[in-house]
Amino acid sequence: MEEKAKDIITDEQQEYIINIGPQHPSTHGVMRLVVSLKGEFVLNVEPHIGYIHRGIEKMCESLTYPQIIHLTDRMDYLSAHINNEAVCLAVEKALEVDIPDRVKVIRTLMSELTRIQSHELFWASYGMDLGGQTCYFYGLRDREMVLDIFEETTGGRMIVSYNCPGGVMYDLHPNFRKRVKEFIKHFRKVLPEYDDILTNNVIFHGRTVGIGPLPLKEAIAYGITGPSGRASGFSCDVRKHEPYSAYDRVKFNEVLFTEGDSYHRYLARVEEMRESMDIIEQLIDNIPEGPYAVKMKPVIKLPEGEYYQRVETARGELGVFIISDGNKLPYRVKFRTPNFANLSVLNHLVKGFKIADLIAIFGSLDFVIPDIDR
Amino acid sequence: MKYDEFGDNESLELLRESGSNVLLTTIDDVINWGRKNSLWPLTFATSCCGIEMMQTGAPKHDFARFGMEVYRASPRQADVIVVAGTIVKKMAPVLKRLYDQMSEPKYVVAMGACTITGGPFFLHSYSVVNGVDKIIPVDVYIPGCPPRPQALLYGMLQLQRLIETQTIESRKKRNASHNY
Repeated sequence: MEEKAKDIITDEQQEYIINIGPQHPSTHGVMRLVVSLKGEFVLNVEPHIGYIHRGIEKMCESLTYPQIIHLTDRMDYLSAHINNEAVCLAVEKALEVDIPDRVKVIRTLMSELTRIQSHELFWASYGMDLGGQTCYFYGLRDREMVLDIFEETTGGRMIVSYNCPGGVMYDLHPNFRKRVKEFIKHFRKVLPEYDDILTNNVIFHGRTVGIGPLPLKEAIAYGITGPSGRASGFSCDVRKHEPYSAYDRVKFNEVLFTEGDSYHRYLARVEEMRESMDIIEQLIDNIPEGPYAVKMKPVIKLPEGEYYQRVETARGELGVFIISDGNKLPYRVKFRTPNFANLSVLNHLVKGFKIADLIAIFGSLDFVIPDIDR
Repeated sequence: MKYDEFGDNESLELLRESGSNVLLTTIDDVINWGRKNSLWPLTFATSCCGIEMMQTGAPKHDFARFGMEVYRASPRQADVIVVAGTIVKKMAPVLKRLYDQMSEPKYVVAMGACTITGGPFFLHSYSVVNGVDKIIPVDVYIPGCPPRPQALLYGMLQLQRLIETQTIESRKKRNASHNY
């Protein structure tokens, strides 16, 4: 990439530094990018983080395990349910609790619905970043249907806080099955429309195909997980390699591409929506009967030791690492968040591309800023 | 202003300062009508509440019904700043600067628990500003974590009503008292 920049930049303009953010609509939150330019070409990007650092990891040390769950919602708020699940699975692993089948299936269903709504929002905002206002309205219209399903069962629209150690908070709403089926039927019908608007759009191709390619070797070196990593051919789906909840009993494909440019990072997410719908369709008709939660002790104390659980959020691999000293409060909690790792590759990707491509590349990595800062 | 007095739209006249002269009140009426029906918010979102704000602008809830759909990316063109999401100590000076850059008349809506008191991060956190009103004056508070789109719409309608009751005199007084 550096060679490319050198080749193109022949004029004698000096290096020019501009500051994007922290308040900027295309940084999707409060991220500050210090961009060095030569002409229109990006030489270097330095992301400044910490504008939404809330100290969640430190806060966890003064909260009990059921309380921690509600903080993880606010990290990656678009995969709120999956974040909750990660902490619950870690706590359950430590206590060696046997989780009923019904809970596993409910968690999987909710996780996949979360993934769909997250990718819908990605689709909507990525379209808008590249100048397609229609995407915003289409994407958020369909996302509202998922939020309604969440609201009916969990009481929360986006931040659901539905998990608790040992199961879920309440049973599924009687309408749940019907509503999900309606949504899947509707969404199967509108996904081809999404393709017509954006995926097969010539202008969109011009903005994304070949922009910011990430070879497989570098994707692994930088630890890029999730759809961004899989677009480069890095088989990193935790659902496939280390199945948790009910993922071992469903059939689905891991979406893999080899090109690794912005277009394929986008395509990986759109294809994942289809896979998520397949998973939901396999499970929705056979939700096992049984209790929706195991009775846990009122005060949860983890035995002394270290526990790690990883899950696949909509953006990549989330790891929860808990060190317990046998108390009701954890000694230390560490989150390995996907966005923080994915951010590290930004500078590498944008070098040699134009400033407008920075937005296309930044958008295609699908950042949630509070997940970076925690 | 007492809660009872803020009952319905018909009682708004009671809230106006008595003794204003006829000409000024008429001018105020016209100005307020214009201001309240074209509130342009700033695209300022730090976290989760921002997504609900986007969702409010989306088809189902549709901000545009009340004349607030024109999101401005520059504070110089915006009338109202909806502080959507936690403000931490590193972000606080930036928020203050954004507020200072907005031109008069400017309004602030604190959306979500984080901006009212610090919300879930009130205790134990070392970096969260406990309430955005420590930095900039707030006109309307919308509770919730995050508030529903309906709640945001209600809050914005309350802001419209607040604007409707303002006069030139009361604006002067308010600005003087909000010397942060």
